[in-house]
Amino acid sequence: MKQMAVVSGKGGTGKTSIVASLAALACGRAVFADCDVDAPDLHLILRPEIREERPFFGIKRAFIDAEKCIQCGSCMEACRFSAIKDFKVDCARCEGCGVCSLVCPADSVSMADSQAGTAYQSETRFGPMVHAELFPGEEASGKLVAMVREMARDLAATRNLDLVIIDGSPGIGCPVIASLTGADLALVVTEPTITAEHDLERILLAAAHFGIKAAVCINKYDLNAEAARQIEDLCADRGIMVAGRLPYHSSVVLAMTEGRTVVEVGGPVAAAISEMWCFLESALN
Amino acid sequence: MKISIASGKGGTGKTLVATSLAVSRALQTGRTITIADCDVEEPNSFLFFPDRVLSGSKQCHVSVPVIDEEKCSHCGKCADFCAYHALAALPQTVLIFPELCHGCGGCSIICPEKAVGEGVRPVGEIFQAVCRGVRIVWGELAVGEARTTPLIKAVKDLAMKECPENDVRGDCDVIVDCPPGTSCSMVESVRDTDFCLLVTEPTPFGLYDLDIALKVLEKMKIPRAVLVNKGGMGDRGVYDYLEKRGIPLLMEIPMDRRIAELYSRGEIFVNSMPQWQARFAGLMDRIEEMVA
Repeated sequence: MKQMAVVSGKGGTGKTSIVASLAALACGRAVFADCDVDAPDLHLILRPEIREERPFFGIKRAFIDAEKCIQCGSCMEACRFSAIKDFKVDCARCEGCGVCSLVCPADSVSMADSQAGTAYQSETRFGPMVHAELFPGEEASGKLVAMVREMARDLAATRNLDLVIIDGSPGIGCPVIASLTGADLALVVTEPTITAEHDLERILLAAAHFGIKAAVCINKYDLNAEAARQIEDLCADRGIMVAGRLPYHSSVVLAMTEGRTVVEVGGPVAAAISEMWCFLESALN
Repeated sequence: MKISIASGKGGTGKTLVATSLAVSRALQTGRTITIADCDVEEPNSFLFFPDRVLSGSKQCHVSVPVIDEEKCSHCGKCADFCAYHALAALPQTVLIFPELCHGCGGCSIICPEKAVGEGVRPVGEIFQAVCRGVRIVWGELAVGEARTTPLIKAVKDLAMKECPENDVRGDCDVIVDCPPGTSCSMVESVRDTDFCLLVTEPTPFGLYDLDIALKVLEKMKIPRAVLVNKGGMGDRGVYDYLEKRGIPLLMEIPMDRRIAELYSRGEIFVNSMPQWQARFAGLMDRIEEMVA
């Protein structure tokens, strides 16, 4: 089974629109995993029918039993995250380490699981999909990404499908690392702006750091010819293949507002994505 | 006043708004305005100030356990306690996975032999630069590091506590450019700001992620309003949503090829389109009124 992660460094470069189109092209042959768990959008295009729901437990949280608490302040002193004020736990700051419970002389602090999100297994018009929802402001998005990926791999194995396509989140930190690890290919989506180019360099370094083979897709490449050339040079310098060059076209936004994939809408971007898909298929095999 | 610029969805124009606000406000008031770029995974604000003068940089460290092998009895209590699996006790030694450690200090407290001490390790670097009335503070997470919050805290500390305006007025204007998303990095960035301006684009993706971001701010009780960027590109969903919920829409920046081109070259568009400077200065005034 092969796994391809679509990532970007900079946000808003077009990951989700591209993943949705790749899903249409890989119809019936792959599982789709939306690993952008704190801003998931792939479901808006693939419109999944949910078949199974699983609760996600992130980090444990501390709870102080006011009846038992002797207000000695030991927990406040020991907490490195400033999560205890007036003998109450601020859940937004608590990182679930358990030190408060360890130092409490009155045994008044307990650590409890708290649901931090939900993972879903669904069916779409292109095949099975796994997605999730992290509750607003929760931690441990990387752990939820790992859960989504595990469900996607299990599903692929059960259905005898040989590809998992992962829609990643922007950045290079915890959820991105969780999306990248163990992937056979990282498709890095960028655009010809100096900010995206700066971010591209960092995500390519991150992919290399984890030993993941990368290919680049230049989205809206015709918006700034000079910047696009610089990105091509950067890729050539590092021996990284440019998998696709997508033109700027209104069909992408149209597709999004209609809840369809760019490939279903048609046009020049759809053609370029289809061409890129051929490249990706051979790069994966 | 401390204002955070956040979004949910990436690429909606947070940095465009943060830099434009800072430049316009600095020109209007003649005071130094600070941008705290908390997108430590992919910091971009500084790129818009090519003639910036770097005034300092420092490493950001987090604590990490150090085992004194002489004292260690290999009882395994530290590994059992660690909620992050940053320690693994083997019969002969204790393995440490520093990138998993949150630095809670629990291993050191629980060790019966007092064999666990604390060391530090770098997780990224913080920079400070000035450029014509704008001070930019940003952090750069080391590649391969997963946890962003210690570095975000350090960026905000430097931006807010060591603010040049503090000497004069006892308060300074800080604009926090947040990372995309709605989880811990975003929460850490908007925390303790007086107001959050959410930047969105009028598309279904923009709307869906805006809704989650608004829920985070509601939970954190941070006053908020919305700015729509790339107006005219998608549909009416965002506008209907805001109207129905009575959430103020403070500004709309149209989908404009010229703005996009200036941005793509790393130029702050209000410098080339000065009619926007007054609008951004006015936006800042409006936010100040809402905070008061």
